[in-house]
Amino acid sequence: MAEPAPSPESSPALSIRGLTKVYGNGFHALKGVDLDVEQGDFFALLGPNGAGKSTTLGVVCSLVQKTAGQVSLFGIDIDRDFARAKYQLGVVPQEFNFNQFERVIDIVIAQAGYYGMPRREALPRAEKLLSDLGLWEKRYGSARKLSGGMKRRLMIARALMHRPKLLILDEPTAGVDIELRRSMWEYMRRINREEGTTIILTTHYLEEAESLCRNIAIINHGDIIRNTSVRSLLAELDAETFLLDLTRPLDAVPHIDGFEVYQSEPAQLAVVIRRGQRLNSIFEALSRQGIEVTSMRNRANRLEEMFVSMVNDPPTQGRQQEESA
Amino acid sequence: MNATQTLVALWTLVIKEIKRFTRIWPQTLLPPSITMAMYFIIFGNLIGSRIGTMDDFSYMDFIVPGLIMMAVITNSYSNVASSFFSNKFQRSVEEMMVSPMPSWVILSGFVLGGMARGLGVGAIVTVVSLFFTQLTVAHPLLTLLVVILTSALFSVGGFINALLANKFDDVSIVPTFVLTPLTYLGGVFYSISLLPDFWQGVSMLNPILYMVNAFRFGILGVSDIPAVWALTASLAFITVLYTIALIMLERGYGIRS
Repeated sequence: MAEPAPSPESSPALSIRGLTKVYGNGFHALKGVDLDVEQGDFFALLGPNGAGKSTTLGVVCSLVQKTAGQVSLFGIDIDRDFARAKYQLGVVPQEFNFNQFERVIDIVIAQAGYYGMPRREALPRAEKLLSDLGLWEKRYGSARKLSGGMKRRLMIARALMHRPKLLILDEPTAGVDIELRRSMWEYMRRINREEGTTIILTTHYLEEAESLCRNIAIINHGDIIRNTSVRSLLAELDAETFLLDLTRPLDAVPHIDGFEVYQSEPAQLAVVIRRGQRLNSIFEALSRQGIEVTSMRNRANRLEEMFVSMVNDPPTQGRQQEESA
Repeated sequence: MNATQTLVALWTLVIKEIKRFTRIWPQTLLPPSITMAMYFIIFGNLIGSRIGTMDDFSYMDFIVPGLIMMAVITNSYSNVASSFFSNKFQRSVEEMMVSPMPSWVILSGFVLGGMARGLGVGAIVTVVSLFFTQLTVAHPLLTLLVVILTSALFSVGGFINALLANKFDDVSIVPTFVLTPLTYLGGVFYSISLLPDFWQGVSMLNPILYMVNAFRFGILGVSDIPAVWALTASLAFITVLYTIALIMLERGYGIRS
């Protein structure tokens, strides 16, 4: 029977329904995950280690066999036509998974070949991607001689060779220095904005998710515990902790009316600011007590505070699902 | 994938495999050439001259087909076993698994790569043998067919070994403890007519005996066993093992969690 033609405009880039994975040792890695990622989105899938992020993405990429559930890419069910679904997908895994002894150019050209792209077509594509990612000069070198950041960029170039509509990045900037991380962010933003590539990102750097992504899902213990837009998630943040560096150590914690204050270090105070409270009140109170502040910063990234509170205290009323913004 | 894309994918994999073993030629192409040259010098020239004739051929002429076959068998097998296991170990097998390549293309690509090395080394050993004897081929087409089927069969065997292997030791166990003894006992160095009846019967259970003898028949025109048996057995084994390998790959045995 012929498969009904998917409607590319209306179908989500990724749709997951009731995805379950039970490993051979009985471990329930996924407990009926439901997830939609719209076309053109920059989406973050977050969760602590072992929460089920990589298993979810592994099923989508066919590296992990699902126990139950449905997955479709741009309306194409992977159980019905996995080959066609795979054309839509580019994958940048968490760990280096290329032959370290091969040349950079051979790795990307071979990957294009696996998708049926002939060499004459693959070469200009490889030149563009490797140049964009600063690897063209290294094209004839062995992949094992690349630095860690270069190896990550090589995997991005490889994943983009066949012009996928959906790019999955599993912790793409792990172990990458800040300067390079920011240039990779800019590159990802560009392909999302200019080429319309849908991007799904998993990361431990919550600053990365906050900076890049429009929508976010949080997975914990094999369940999606939150699925919403980054903006609405941050709007729910009702308290932030600020660290104030002082000119001299304090003998006792100063009392400030209406604020939770504690001493994080001898010459540093941590102050919890709730929604509606003003920072001025703190500085006024500290000035009155003769305490001088030299600098101030957030204790953690805003999203990180939210994330930590959620995974440590997951909702008990079942999964919370919201429409993506 | 349409037919052209499938062909491009298969060609990519075969070229990649050929590049792999030619890149490391001191490990893959040189050692069998040197080993076989030693066999020709020691067994063919030095000891062979004292043995006299075997099936009415000089001992050197008699062992050449067996030694070529031995090189083809071990190189076809070990190329696929080590290459695919290395892909598993480095996780570069994921490059293929996330792609739309059908399983049969992946399997055939590795098998053809293994055959390229097996037949390439076989050709090198043949050239080396020309320094020691004059090689005439009695039945060229049959010789070619036998060597191609044998190479394909052991390439598929190497693929199954790689799927089952969990560590590098597992890749060397079969060549060391199964293939080498079976090859040595497969009539490479002697005619089984020299053996007592009982051991002749036991030898008939060795599949490599059929291939060595069919190949020898192709080159020298003499054999302990009818060549058609070897061809039939090879085709049957290839069909069975290819099907098993394909099912294992389709189910992700050893490569999917």
